[in-house]
Amino acid sequence: MCLALPAEVVSIDRANETAVVTLGGVKKEISVALLNELEVGDFVLVHVGFALHKLSPDEAARTLRMIEEAGEDPLEELSA
Amino acid sequence: MKFVDEFRNGDLAKRLAASITREADTGRAYHVMEFCGGHTHAIFRYGVQDLMPANVQFVHGPGCPVCVLPIGRIDNAIELAERHGATVCTYGDMMRVPASERRSLIKAKAAGADIRMVYSIRDAMRIAREEPQREVVFFAIGFETTTPPTAVAVRDAQAEGLRNFSVFCNHVLTPPAIQSIMQTPDVREHGTVAIDGFLGPAHVSAVIGSRPYEPFAAEYKRPVVIAGFEPLDVMQATLMVIRQLNEQRHEVENEYVRVVTREGNLKAQALVAEVFELRESFEWRGLGEVPSSALRIKDAYSEFDAEKRFALGTRKVRDAKSCECPSILRGAKKPTDCKLFGTVCTPESPIGSCMVSSEGACAAYWTYGRFRQSGDGTQRHKEAAA
Ligand code: SF4
Repeated sequence: MCLALPAEVVSIDRANETAVVTLGGVKKEISVALLNELEVGDFVLVHVGFALHKLSPDEAARTLRMIEEAGEDPLEELSA
Repeated sequence: MKFVDEFRNGDLAKRLAASITREADTGRAYHVMEFCGGHTHAIFRYGVQDLMPANVQFVHGPGCPVCVLPIGRIDNAIELAERHGATVCTYGDMMRVPASERRSLIKAKAAGADIRMVYSIRDAMRIAREEPQREVVFFAIGFETTTPPTAVAVRDAQAEGLRNFSVFCNHVLTPPAIQSIMQTPDVREHGTVAIDGFLGPAHVSAVIGSRPYEPFAAEYKRPVVIAGFEPLDVMQATLMVIRQLNEQRHEVENEYVRVVTREGNLKAQALVAEVFELRESFEWRGLGEVPSSALRIKDAYSEFDAEKRFALGTRKVRDAKSCECPSILRGAKKPTDCKLFGTVCTPESPIGSCMVSSEGACAAYWTYGRFRQSGDGTQRHKEAAA
């Protein structure tokens, strides 16, 4: 359950503190209530449906590669 | 060096391993506790222990939220569904954790209780909105990474007036748990567990920052190096611990500067402080009662506290006989010291919580141990300790 996934922000609903993120083509609505500043195109680390913090694009790519190499399917976690 | 092939950057891993071997003083041992289950998982997945010289040993810590929850709390969750007729929502890892009398949430569900696996507490809120006739309880567990989401949910439930929703709060805190390990008799009196330094958790520290470890490092004179979850992060951080020990320093250092700051996520911290307060004490599997180590919902939000709404009592339940989880969680034993390991107890049919989650030491040993050729490290552990 501690798996956290990097994803890219595609739209933000500031009134509801939510955002739509995309990961490997899959879109998902998450909460961004824990972050202060966020813009479309930012990468965030998503954990149990919440963006925990922002990531640089490099760090996002690196984390994703590691998860894939570890044989875990990131999409499975997101869609569970 | 077999496992190094699996590293994305095998050359760097080899260079780090060489530095560690060169810098580790052969006249002493280095026992490095990785607190967090995410690190335990990385160490096993990539065979990091096998890249270390014999005098550098990883000691696995209690940072697996599923593993440390005492049986009585899982019994409580089953009771919520069975006796109070509530819809209990929880993260997938909790479903198979053994409760009393060899029960579990998944078995209770099979027997007809309304227990649902969710990815997020937001899904539990959605269920409460869609099924207003049901009492929906979210069985909240986890360290500082899952606590802020729960805080947001409780705040939002109150704002929205979602009265058929509540939270069974089992959130626990990392720094007091690390502290409590240093106070266990194994470490303090018997000296059977040696811990020379710590690898600090990655994402937990992104939330709380590196500052909360500073008093600990100073009081117990143990270096703490916050590490990312990649195997290279773990190796780099281990080298940093070794250097501190060689130089007789005991500071908080941050290997994971890519993400962790000294302050952490202040907005998340403020939300947690708004909704939660410290419990005087909380029972941990393996560590027993640990003062100021867990959170409960503040009075201002008490209508969303399932413990109050359903008047749940706490009971102490003994762990399964011969399950060594409690000692393993303190770093006092290894999974292979357990008679049931891999025979009676496997991930398909776990006896103890450490065999359930992939972050649990027993599950990690079982899943990746069979690829090992050089034994499971237990022997070397004993030799290094001797
Ligand atoms: S192998 Fe199973 S029974 Fe033994 S300590 Fe681990 S979880 Fe407990």
